[in-house]
Amino acid sequence: MSNIIVIAEARSGSLKKTSLEAVTAGKELAAKAGGQVIAIIVGNDLSAAKEALAASGADKVIALQSEALAQYSGDGYSAAISGELASLDPACVLMAHSAMGRDLAPRLAANLKTGLISDVTALHYDDSKFGATKPVFAGKAYRKSYFEKSPFMATLRPNNWAGQSDAGSAEVSDASPSVSAADLKAIVQEVVAAASDRTPLQEARVVVSGGRGLKESEHFKLIEDLAAAFGPGVAAVGASRAVVDAGWRPHREQVGQTGKVVAPTLYFACGISGAIQHLAGMSTSQFIVAINKDANAPIFKVANYGIVGDVFEVLPALTAAVKATV
Amino acid sequence: MIEIPAFLHWFALLAQGPGRAAAPTLQLVIKVMDIVVCVKRVAATDSQIKIAADGKSLDPAGIEFVLNPYDEIAVEAALAAKEQFGDSTVTVVTLGSADAQKELRTCLAMGADKAVLINDGGRSQDAFSTAETVADYLKGTAASLIFCGKQAVDGDESQFPPRLAELLGMPCVTEITSLTLEDGSLVAERDIEGAREVVNCSLPAVISTNKGLNEPRYANLKGIMAAKKKPLEEIEAAAIDPATSIESLSLPPARSEGKIVETVDQLVDALKNEAKVL
Ligand SMILES: Cc1cc2nc3c(=O)[nH]c(=O)nc-3n(C[C@H](O)[C@H](O)[C@H](O)COP(=O)(O)OP(=O)(O)OC[C@H]3O[C@@H](n4cnc5c(N)ncnc54)[C@H](O)[C@@H]3O)c2cc1C
Ligand SMILES: Nc1ncnc2c1ncn2[C@@H]1O[C@H](COP(=O)(O)O)[C@@H](O)[C@H]1O
Repeated sequence: MSNIIVIAEARSGSLKKTSLEAVTAGKELAAKAGGQVIAIIVGNDLSAAKEALAASGADKVIALQSEALAQYSGDGYSAAISGELASLDPACVLMAHSAMGRDLAPRLAANLKTGLISDVTALHYDDSKFGATKPVFAGKAYRKSYFEKSPFMATLRPNNWAGQSDAGSAEVSDASPSVSAADLKAIVQEVVAAASDRTPLQEARVVVSGGRGLKESEHFKLIEDLAAAFGPGVAAVGASRAVVDAGWRPHREQVGQTGKVVAPTLYFACGISGAIQHLAGMSTSQFIVAINKDANAPIFKVANYGIVGDVFEVLPALTAAVKATV
Repeated sequence: MIEIPAFLHWFALLAQGPGRAAAPTLQLVIKVMDIVVCVKRVAATDSQIKIAADGKSLDPAGIEFVLNPYDEIAVEAALAAKEQFGDSTVTVVTLGSADAQKELRTCLAMGADKAVLINDGGRSQDAFSTAETVADYLKGTAASLIFCGKQAVDGDESQFPPRLAELLGMPCVTEITSLTLEDGSLVAERDIEGAREVVNCSLPAVISTNKGLNEPRYANLKGIMAAKKKPLEEIEAAAIDPATSIESLSLPPARSEGKIVETVDQLVDALKNEAKVL
């Protein structure tokens, strides 16, 4: 029986939430196609991540541990995982569409001489064929495709499956990959953490974004305050391109076609007009709230809830109300 | 503007006297490099997407096609590398239909030296067949630094650069926002979730560029005129079957009609009791 492989990911020793989501997606496919869900994790100090993965609902966990692989290396991780996959009879290989997933999954796919559907929002198994649906043209359309080769591979858009953290206790085995430090060509030298321990934009459950309507970079304090009101680890700050180009906010916070694509449970667009390139980055959010003083702003066309009003009045009141509620 | 012939610079240096002239000779160390940029013709980002009658593809009527925005950044990075290393060549390569000549000319006008169109006659391709085809072509070249965009804004795959790297046996650094090229190696930075990675990599290598790396230059009139005379080679693409087949292309479900609320209290109430997200 062929297996469903999930490539998991740890950051500073702890398992990423998107890896739990990938295990859930793997179980969904295994329920239709059969096979075991085997999660593979690569790195050095993996004890905490292994434990979390064992409770994710996977049937088996394999840890590829090696000092040489303590830091990420696209070529190194690809070689190590490819070596392991050979003995696992994979029907399917899944991974989060994270920075690492975008770097590693295509390498693995090329190595396995197979396809890959990236950034998928739904997985299919019909008439013994694997397939997936993904947003294309920055979310302006959805494309459904099926696989003509094996194994099936996909990277999963964050926040589309519910990860589980107490769904059993899988058997964990350690393996030592035959990759040595001398083999590695690209190596992460250093990981510089962002200024604060803010929630990563693409993984946040709530995103509070500000645009040119905030008038000055200092006024982003209002945006930060609302994000903070949700409590630690819940909300992230986003920005429109207009304010990134103006130098008010760093590019990593830009939401949109040429920024990040986010799909949180709750998205706040504050003083953002809703240009098509901005919508491209957030229109698949579950609930969208728009705050804009112009009742005709296009953002209201995609918003579930809107307040026609001044951000300088609405935001402080909203922050206070959210603080009182959560 | 009148160009100053290169030899005049050397007169200028010699005129500075023997003591001074010694230092600039360091710059005479010329590293010849074959720099390649992989580019793609895509629908402009503000296009209204309409589905063609086959239910599987984009209806191209009324769509403006342009050079993929991330590939503009890749071309700029390649031109900057050439400026740094001296006597190198920048070749832009695309797999696509004859229409893509327009985007190749755009790259030549920006300053690339030559262009290669791997013509597939508009055949349906996926990331697998695209990377296999371009890799087969590049295996026959001496490319030592290959730039790509982070993603093509049509399929939004973000797959081609690492695939190419694997097929060519090269390392790859994706989505870079800063780049320092050295002799035989590079250091690049990339944003990851909540942090920034500093990556060290040996050459030859594949690099994919993110916004923030540079501001792509515009093609000026002189560049556009020069581009007409630059070589654009056309070769036929080998028939490699895609690994995936498209079942359908569809528009996203319309979002339900939104609701305008008057007060913050009403909003919080709706988020809590209707949407149940607080
Ligand atoms: C190739 C390309 C790529 C692009 N990529 C992106 C991208 O990734 N992301 C992106 O965001 N944009 C992108 N853009 C830019 C996009 O077209 C818009 O220019 C941009 O999104 C506008 O930002 P904004 O909404 O903050 O500013 P504006 O359009 O100026 O809107 C400001 C809004 O604030 C409102 N406002 C003003 N004062 C107040 C107040 N006191 N209270 C409440 N509301 C107020 C106004 O009514 C207005 O609606 C791209 C453009 C191109 C051409
Ligand atoms: N058909 C193609 N021909 C040449 N380069 C391509 C092609 N498709 C994608 N690329 C390159 O790969 C990058 C990422 O594209 P993608 O993987 O399709 O998102 C693009 O920015 C280009 O640099």
